[in-house]
Amino acid sequence: MIKPTANFANVQTANSSKEFLVIENVTKAYPKPNGDETVVLDDINLTIGENEYISIIGHSGCGKSTLLKIVSGLERATSGSIWLDGREIRKPGAERMMVFQHYSLLPWLTVRENIRLAVDEVLDHLTPADKRRVVDEHIAMVNLNAASEKYPDELSGGMKQRVGIARALAIRPKMLLMDEPFGALDALTRGRLQRQVLDIWENQRQAVMMVTHDVDEALYMSDRIIMMTNGPHAKIGEILEVPFSHPRNLKELRELPIYYELRNHALNFLDRNFSQDE
Amino acid sequence: MLLQFSIQIILVAAQATWRRSLRPALVRDSVLLPLLGFAGLIFLWWAIASFRSELMPTPWQALVANLDYILHPFYRRGPGNLGIGWLLAASLRRVLIGFGLGALVAIPIGFLIGMSRQAMLALNPVIQILKPVSPLAWLPIALTIFNLANPSAIFVIFITSLWPTIINTALGVSSVSKDYIDVARVLEMPRWRQVFKIILPASLPYIFTGLRISLGIAWLVIVAVEMLTGGIGIGFFVWDSWNRLNLSSVFLAVIVIGITGLVLDYIVGKIQVWVTHRPASQT
Repeated sequence: MIKPTANFANVQTANSSKEFLVIENVTKAYPKPNGDETVVLDDINLTIGENEYISIIGHSGCGKSTLLKIVSGLERATSGSIWLDGREIRKPGAERMMVFQHYSLLPWLTVRENIRLAVDEVLDHLTPADKRRVVDEHIAMVNLNAASEKYPDELSGGMKQRVGIARALAIRPKMLLMDEPFGALDALTRGRLQRQVLDIWENQRQAVMMVTHDVDEALYMSDRIIMMTNGPHAKIGEILEVPFSHPRNLKELRELPIYYELRNHALNFLDRNFSQDE
Repeated sequence: MLLQFSIQIILVAAQATWRRSLRPALVRDSVLLPLLGFAGLIFLWWAIASFRSELMPTPWQALVANLDYILHPFYRRGPGNLGIGWLLAASLRRVLIGFGLGALVAIPIGFLIGMSRQAMLALNPVIQILKPVSPLAWLPIALTIFNLANPSAIFVIFITSLWPTIINTALGVSSVSKDYIDVARVLEMPRWRQVFKIILPASLPYIFTGLRISLGIAWLVIVAVEMLTGGIGIGFFVWDSWNRLNLSSVFLAVIVIGITGLVLDYIVGKIQVWVTHRPASQT
């Protein structure tokens, strides 16, 4: 486990490539009706590099989504602090853009208008022509040209999530937060969209934090896998380094013995935690 | 060229046969069965009127007696002696003014209640007590205030229109999905812009449901109000016809009122689809 040792208030942008996002002693507790509190996350410490793709994996209810929400600012930690690029995070911000599990597209806007809404809000210094160019680029990036004037109700789940990803990338966030982005998709669509997201990420690297419960997805896409113990009092149980270089090819990965070693290791970790709970 | 022409003919013919093969089911469902329903109703009327001819005119007698009204809906034969089209227009005008003012007041109040717990706690008891009051109970108060029939009628419609729109708007605003608000928060959208860009469009379907219910009730109430206040209008026409023992005209008025109510609801439904880009819910 990686323990932060530096004095984070003084972290400079110059040396932040390894310490881009710093999660320091974060604890999240909810008050119970009887006056006690349920501790969901217990003393989480984690550091993420500027171009690093990390996955957080764990059983349902282990607080992995809560951790992501705290990083996004949508929820506040009970104690501890989070630093992005040397600045403390206290509220939601567009430099940490979310890709939501259930897409969260606005159903009264078309694909183009959904992306444009985000661009209007965040890149408000651009001219209308530049904004239109940004929107068009990102519609093309996720291959949605033909559907750009459609409403979300008219799209399949995979297409909706592509809009969600295009919307997130269009506002050029410093960091991408993905909450089980492929969780609601069927296996075939999921595979295709994973490939597409990985392609985009391999072309323009940035910090990504992805919550998932799929070991294969985590191994395929990320550089490190953060495995969490079961809640309540969830902690980081183990951090798994994924040694594969990018660009990755799922077929080639599956032929490596180490892929299965890592996969079994992760699954064993999850099993061990599951039986503890029983 | 000739070949192209003949291909076109074949295509047109194929399209026509395809339509013809589709037609029987469509015609039955959208024309024949509804007509059957109306035929049943008219038969029932005809049967009752034939056996008890002192009670009411038969459909045919009613049609003949009303032929002048039907053929000349917009005549003006002296003061107060107007065609049924004018009467309908006068009633519609009252309803639309009262309903419009009601919507202007009700939508902001509904927003306030939906967004603020304090406003909800303060206003909810008042609304719950005033909502079940028959709109006609407001008429004496309105007459005292305005001293005139027309503004009083409009005021009653205004009161009628308030409650369903307030309640549905508040429901819509308070049930805006947290996901949409989260998107706005992540994008750092200021609160006032969230109101217009997220909360308003998200709650429009609820607002329209409220407006449709309000307009339906307003159209029910205007007939009763006009019966009491008199003046020009479809409600007073009903009362006046009954006083002149002219039941045929009452039947005509019933049909006209019914069709107008249906058309009003249809128009609001169309506006809803146009504004929200989503199919209107059936209410």
